[in-house]
Amino acid sequence: MIVEVGHFALILAAFVALVQGVLPLAGTMNGHQRWQALARPAAIVQFLLIAFSYGVLTNAAVTDDFSVKYIAAHSNSLLPIQYKVASVWGGHEGSLLMWVLMLSGWTLAVALFSRTLPLAMVARVIAVLGFVSVGFLSFILITSSPFERLLPAPLDGRDLNPLLQDPGLVIHPPMLYMGYVGFSVAFAFAISALLSGRMDAAWARWSRPWTVVAWIFMTIGIALGSWWAYYELGWGGWWFWDPVENASLMPWLFGTALIHALMVTDKRGGFKAWSVLLAIGAFSLCLLGTFLVRSGVLTSVHAFASDPKRGVFILIFLVLVVGISLTLFAWRAPKATLGGKIALVSRESMLLANSVLLVVATGAVLLGTIYPLIIDAMNLGKLSVGAPYFNAVFVPLMVPVIFLMVPGGIAHWRESRGKELGRQMRWPALAAVLAAAAILIFSERGTWLTAMGMALAAWVVVGLLVQIVARLQKPGRIALSFWGMHLAHLGIAVVVVGITLVKGYEIERDVRMGLNDTVSIENYSFELVGLNEVNGPNYKAMRATVNVTKDQKPLEVLYPEKRRYFSTAMPMTEAAIDAGPLRDLYVSLGEAIEGDKPQWSVRVYYKPFVSWLWYGAILMALGGLLAVSDRRYRKSALSAAS
Amino acid sequence: MKKFFIPLGIFLVLVAFLAIGLNRNPQEIPSPLLGKPAPLFSLSTLDAGGVKFGPKDMKGKVWMLNVWATWCVACRDEHPLLVALSKANQLPIVGLNYKEVQAQDAPAGRQLTPEEKLRIARERSAVWLQRLGDPYAVSVFDLDGRVGIDYGVYGVPETYIIDKEGVIRFKKVGAVTLETLQSQILPLLQKLNAS
Amino acid sequence: MKSTYLLLKTLCVAACLVLSGVTTALAKEALPMAQDPVLEKRLILISEELRCLVCQNESLASSRAELANDLREEVRKLITQNLSDQQIKDYLVTRYGDFVLYRPQVKPLTWVLWFGPFLLLVVALWGMFSYVRQRLSAQTTVVALSEADRHKAQAILNSGDAP
Repeated sequence: MIVEVGHFALILAAFVALVQGVLPLAGTMNGHQRWQALARPAAIVQFLLIAFSYGVLTNAAVTDDFSVKYIAAHSNSLLPIQYKVASVWGGHEGSLLMWVLMLSGWTLAVALFSRTLPLAMVARVIAVLGFVSVGFLSFILITSSPFERLLPAPLDGRDLNPLLQDPGLVIHPPMLYMGYVGFSVAFAFAISALLSGRMDAAWARWSRPWTVVAWIFMTIGIALGSWWAYYELGWGGWWFWDPVENASLMPWLFGTALIHALMVTDKRGGFKAWSVLLAIGAFSLCLLGTFLVRSGVLTSVHAFASDPKRGVFILIFLVLVVGISLTLFAWRAPKATLGGKIALVSRESMLLANSVLLVVATGAVLLGTIYPLIIDAMNLGKLSVGAPYFNAVFVPLMVPVIFLMVPGGIAHWRESRGKELGRQMRWPALAAVLAAAAILIFSERGTWLTAMGMALAAWVVVGLLVQIVARLQKPGRIALSFWGMHLAHLGIAVVVVGITLVKGYEIERDVRMGLNDTVSIENYSFELVGLNEVNGPNYKAMRATVNVTKDQKPLEVLYPEKRRYFSTAMPMTEAAIDAGPLRDLYVSLGEAIEGDKPQWSVRVYYKPFVSWLWYGAILMALGGLLAVSDRRYRKSALSAAS
Repeated sequence: MKKFFIPLGIFLVLVAFLAIGLNRNPQEIPSPLLGKPAPLFSLSTLDAGGVKFGPKDMKGKVWMLNVWATWCVACRDEHPLLVALSKANQLPIVGLNYKEVQAQDAPAGRQLTPEEKLRIARERSAVWLQRLGDPYAVSVFDLDGRVGIDYGVYGVPETYIIDKEGVIRFKKVGAVTLETLQSQILPLLQKLNAS
Repeated sequence: MKSTYLLLKTLCVAACLVLSGVTTALAKEALPMAQDPVLEKRLILISEELRCLVCQNESLASSRAELANDLREEVRKLITQNLSDQQIKDYLVTRYGDFVLYRPQVKPLTWVLWFGPFLLLVVALWGMFSYVRQRLSAQTTVVALSEADRHKAQAILNSGDAP
């Protein structure tokens, strides 16, 4: 009964969203203040209704209500409680409900934290968000309702996919979705700027904090996904250029471009049209990602069960939202006035170059992701585009972006003298050359690729140190956003170091091990000392005991497992990892080998600096957080409003 | 200003491709062997005699090669159709039994010899064909999957039609359905037999 | 007494030595899964660029599927026959089509794929430079600043603070 009420709440929410979309927007066009004022309360009501609906579904999961088809498909009575809660977003329908919950949450936040914004602006932004919500709610209600009943109810659920029964599932999708949905706020601000015809610095200033927060969540979400794949899948990979991964990377790249372009629009009133376009683009990529992942047009390990009918719906929604936005853009953007004069070498031009390069990089990823689809659609056959392509194309495009972090930070607004810039960049340049030389000379496995990666990282780190030192020598309080920027850029450098060193120096040993056999990598030694059967809450596992020594001294005992969940026939590998700041030791248990002596295939990896990938992401997120906490954002929004 | 319409233009082109893509199945892989000579092989047959069989033996005839195994569930679905087809005497069907003996069939601790594998495969297929009907003019055994690789087999059942010159004219991945039979196979047979 | 004690001690030590020798002899360096590590390395490099045909987007190197095992075995055989990387890939493409390659071949069908990003980069940079050049000579309305405002503006510009 409560399930039907939850369903009904969702239907109500759709109507409220429609009202939220239509009335405030109409109110801005005919000047009815009352209608504009409806935006905030509508947002609050919508949130409450959707939260209730979400709560109902969660309750069904936690109380093992298998009469709900979705819960029967994705949960199980033996599932530990946190995974029952997480199973709500483990499948297509539930994850959409979470999406819509977050959308209403972000809209609520806009409603609550926008006291300093003019009512008309708030009305437009919330209205746009309302329309987006209508789209998603209709999608859920018409094609993907999580509240469908399954009668007679089965005795038990089909269980959550064992791959998903992991702490990673509890946080990765929510973080990622917060990011995806967060970009809808930047989108809404951009659209409202277009609608009002006022694309001046104000909209940029207001939308900056929202955009950065969304970007932070996106960064964490992507990093978590990568980390989860790393420790869960069992062979130490952390990025596969899978279409679903690309679907999250592309909005992130655009979001990064947007953050940088918004700086110029905010401070100098320049690139107004470009910023608006980037905001529309970032959200469009989020919607496109939704389409790619749920429609079945692309094969992916992550894809939800596909249904062409759903694909059609999402495509229509995509066409409406993006089509209308881009038409609005083409109509209104030409009227935007140009900002102040800028020189060829200036902070503005660097930031512009940054966003242009990021857009090109995104284009490359998009091209590679949908190229098989394009070729197939033109009946020219079937081909695959995989990691080799993306690595070959993406990496060279990102090098200049990362390179620009240093001159971009040093250059002045409006105009910078080339010679002056060059002089300040000599220390980073020297560091880069030294780093590259060190790799090439002292490391026997160092390739020129490794050298370039380390040179780039050294360039960025020394570059930001130089800037910090220079700033400290000047008077005046240093803004939080200054630290935020450099911390985030440091994060990127740390990620670059991680990627460069792990790819350059990782070692893998694929061996057959019997009891007391050892395998060594570098100065570490791994000995298989035991193999036991263990019982988990919903699985049976073979657990190996591996003694790890370093320089002959005992270091750690690792317990890699091979699990067989009761619900599926698929065996799952639970790798055992000894993570450390400078290296990870990764042991993965394979299958038993036929033979006279009991033996197992075991994979042992030595992965130097792989943790720096995740550390870097944390630094980036912290940097963003610092930047957003800068009081100047909030104060200047106030002054912009007056 | 026309240039501001460029993003919209690009988007619409993209959408067009996506829309077409919705009707495609990304998992279906067309065979590059269409129009090429059927790869040769020489395999043991169901009869215990030492006689081997290969595509050369079918020269001058239009014939069908059906890749199957007793462990394959979808093969069971298409089998009655194949039996009916063979009864209608439309064309000879050669059964390629693919990787019948698997790793779990080996007794603990040792590998099976090729002779043992062949014996097991023959026994199993004989039982299966007796129970469900034998549509095959000849049954051969691809025990290690090598012939399958030559034919680009990636999932059983798969069915090929080969013409009088030994050239592959048709490939179907997945179970043969009545629809496949009526709309694709039978018309093709007419064409090939006429030439 | 003392001699028995001494004898026992010696026996103990001897036994320990023998036992430790036996166990170290039993425990040994694990053999690699592959028969030939050099060949295996090359196999991994090649199969990382090939697609597992029965998986949902996995490379031949990492897949555990049955067909993947067979195909890896096939590639091993081809390596021992001294075929080049390109020949091995062609061998598989003949049988399975372009779909099996994760690195698309550079041919007219894929020119847009391989050269598109570069072309996009050139177009984007050209667009950017022409825009900036336009802005160099842009006429913008000049608002006269008061002295106090001008000093404030100069201070901000010179501080080089982050945006």
